Amino acid sequence: MKNRTLALLLTGAMLAGALAGCGGGAAESKAPAESQAPAESAAPAESSAPAATGSVFKLGGTGPLTGGAAIYGNAAKAGAEIAVEEINAMGGDIQFELKYEDDTHDAEKAVNAYNTLKGWGMQIFLGSVTSTPCVATSQEANADKTFLLTPSASSTDVLGGVANPLTGTVDVPRKDTAFQMCFMDPNQGSASAQYIFDQKLGTKVGVIYKNDDVYSTGIYNSFAAKAEELGLEVVSTTTFTEDTQTDFSVQISDAKDNGADLLFLPMYYQPASLILSQCKSAGYAPKFFGVDGMDGILTLDGFDVTLAEGVMLLTPFNSDATDDATKSFVEKYKAKMGEVPNQFAADNYDCVYAIYNALKAAGATADMSNEELCNALIGQFTTMTFDGLTGEGMTWTADGAVSKSPKGMVIENGAYVGMD
Amino acid sequence: MKKTLKLSKTSKGNFATYGMVILAYAILQFLGSNAVREGGLLSPTLRGQLVPICAYVVMALSLNLTVGILGELSLGHAGFMSVGAFSGTIAAIALQNTIPAGGPRLLIAMVIGAAFATVAGILIGIPVLRLNGDYLAIVTLAFGEIIKSLITNLYVGKDANGLHFSFITNNMRLGEGGQMLLNGPMGINGINKISTFTAGFVLILIALFVIFNLVNSRSGRAIMALRDNRIAAESVGIPVTKYKMMAFVTSAALAGSAGALFALGQNSLISTKFDFNTSILVLVFVVLGGLGRMWGSIIAAAALTILPEALRQFSDYRMLVYAIVLILVMLATNNPTLKGFFAKLFRKPEEVETGKGGEGK
Repeated sequence: MKNRTLALLLTGAMLAGALAGCGGGAAESKAPAESQAPAESAAPAESSAPAATGSVFKLGGTGPLTGGAAIYGNAAKAGAEIAVEEINAMGGDIQFELKYEDDTHDAEKAVNAYNTLKGWGMQIFLGSVTSTPCVATSQEANADKTFLLTPSASSTDVLGGVANPLTGTVDVPRKDTAFQMCFMDPNQGSASAQYIFDQKLGTKVGVIYKNDDVYSTGIYNSFAAKAEELGLEVVSTTTFTEDTQTDFSVQISDAKDNGADLLFLPMYYQPASLILSQCKSAGYAPKFFGVDGMDGILTLDGFDVTLAEGVMLLTPFNSDATDDATKSFVEKYKAKMGEVPNQFAADNYDCVYAIYNALKAAGATADMSNEELCNALIGQFTTMTFDGLTGEGMTWTADGAVSKSPKGMVIENGAYVGMD
Repeated sequence: MKKTLKLSKTSKGNFATYGMVILAYAILQFLGSNAVREGGLLSPTLRGQLVPICAYVVMALSLNLTVGILGELSLGHAGFMSVGAFSGTIAAIALQNTIPAGGPRLLIAMVIGAAFATVAGILIGIPVLRLNGDYLAIVTLAFGEIIKSLITNLYVGKDANGLHFSFITNNMRLGEGGQMLLNGPMGINGINKISTFTAGFVLILIALFVIFNLVNSRSGRAIMALRDNRIAAESVGIPVTKYKMMAFVTSAALAGSAGALFALGQNSLISTKFDFNTSILVLVFVVLGGLGRMWGSIIAAAALTILPEALRQFSDYRMLVYAIVLILVMLATNNPTLKGFFAKLFRKPEEVETGKGGEGK
């Protein structure tokens, strides 16, 4: 009994410690321009606060800040933070206050996070970072008539109104307020098939995809449809799931036995890195072709970059680009997060600037209601042209999809090099 | 004389549980109504969580029947929830044009969800409940995983000719006006939310009614006898498998209807949502609330669903604080000093004496 009381007291002390430890964070995060990790953002937030004589728009977003997919959520959040800090430092009429909530890559939690943002008074929504949660939050945002521009949720169901490539039916009606900054899954899949076919990168293609994942399956479906149309020979198609993404020996030997000379890997980079290393130990060296989820593989902790030598991928963002905007962004991101930014960060950086440009062009003020802002932004997005880190001359259609050209990249000596 | 007194104490406890649920519903309805303030006093987060809370409460109640009353460990309860959720939602979407009204459609969806989960419960129960020991735990664990994989690979579509199914690869060609209902790993998207807090409240009352009446019946006493001493129960002629099935299948059916309620309150649904973690989460509700104690399950399920959202202000430390609170509650509810304190508060003086004696110093 004594031990129990002692344990109770100790746990109580831990709780008190944890509460006190982050109590400061909670208080500081109320600073007007920023609601993020207090240490880094406090200074720019304060410096930009006086300039907030103009309108302060409340910008919200959800992403997996903890859990298995946290690497994407935190990258996207940091990208948006950099853009917000820059815009607030400029001190124009339009100022942003940014708040990110954790959705742990789960649709139910994402809706809770969205509702929390709604309670906070969010006016413009940066969507969710990953597809599964964003399908749910985009429906909520559409019902509330809140404008949504997601950096990286590429599923067609985020936008709705897109025909299923396999059955030709439209299963989810168009969500009018939802727009995407990234390529849509089917575009990536069919673009990849077209690219492989046009450049004659391989004659026999093997595919490994994650069949319990919205993103991976979405790309695979459209890849398969396009490959069939083009007459691209797919000799091996194997799958894996969340629970089996550590051992790929079966999938690799299937591709090897069927003589695939190009392996198409529509997945995020963690499983892809394992496939690369397991292919090497199996003595199998096909060409590898990835999609935008492969971006970031070079910055993965403990990953031997020589394994990725010769890997091809379609991505909108190249952190080695030499233009000033990219250079400055990469520098700021490195200072903030201590690593090279991936496409998620760049996409979200572009999202904030695209919204900024649209608000400016529409002459919007922060006292407008969500619906008025949404209508103004939809009007701007469907007519404007935007130049950002992830593409020049981007345009949006009323479908919500972005039109920008994917860049074919190949990894040489541990860096991306343009293929064309 | 003593017996009748004891019985009335049980019913008193049961009525107190009903009363607690009704009171909570009334308070939440009042706070959420426009009578207090325009838009109500509830935050949007809590308002959005009311239906999931009801679903989790029913899940916890149904699992408590298996774990607390029957004394068998089930580690795949989310599997039954999943069966109920997907079958119920598919039914609700397929009937959208036939029955446009939300209420009756939700009722049909919950009944269908419960029916499918019952079938699943019977299929699992027949072989496994004949065994002794921890086999049910292992088999239900496997069941949860199997259900997850099956639904991930299942495609259901609808057109003028009726429902179409395909498995593993989607090779259906739908006619004019066709619609994919369940799209494999993409799950079901664009669900019209028809679940309401009131429907969830009614489902909780139904679940309580079913469980209390089962427990207080002749069958319930047989089930508890099996839990307490299987050999003794068998020796007086209680058919083991029959009573185990009765409790387990009832539990599965309630979980199925909770699944349908949950799914129709979400706007997208994927099968990986109902994984091992969800099963364990529900088990945590039951253990935290107390085995066999229904009101404890209700409070634990509601509190542990709200808690992670209420802790959002701690941002990065959220899950750490959540874990510490969980440990704290577990310790506090088992602390003899605190228990004695609460016992003194709530019991009559003479009962405190016996209560103290029972604890053994």
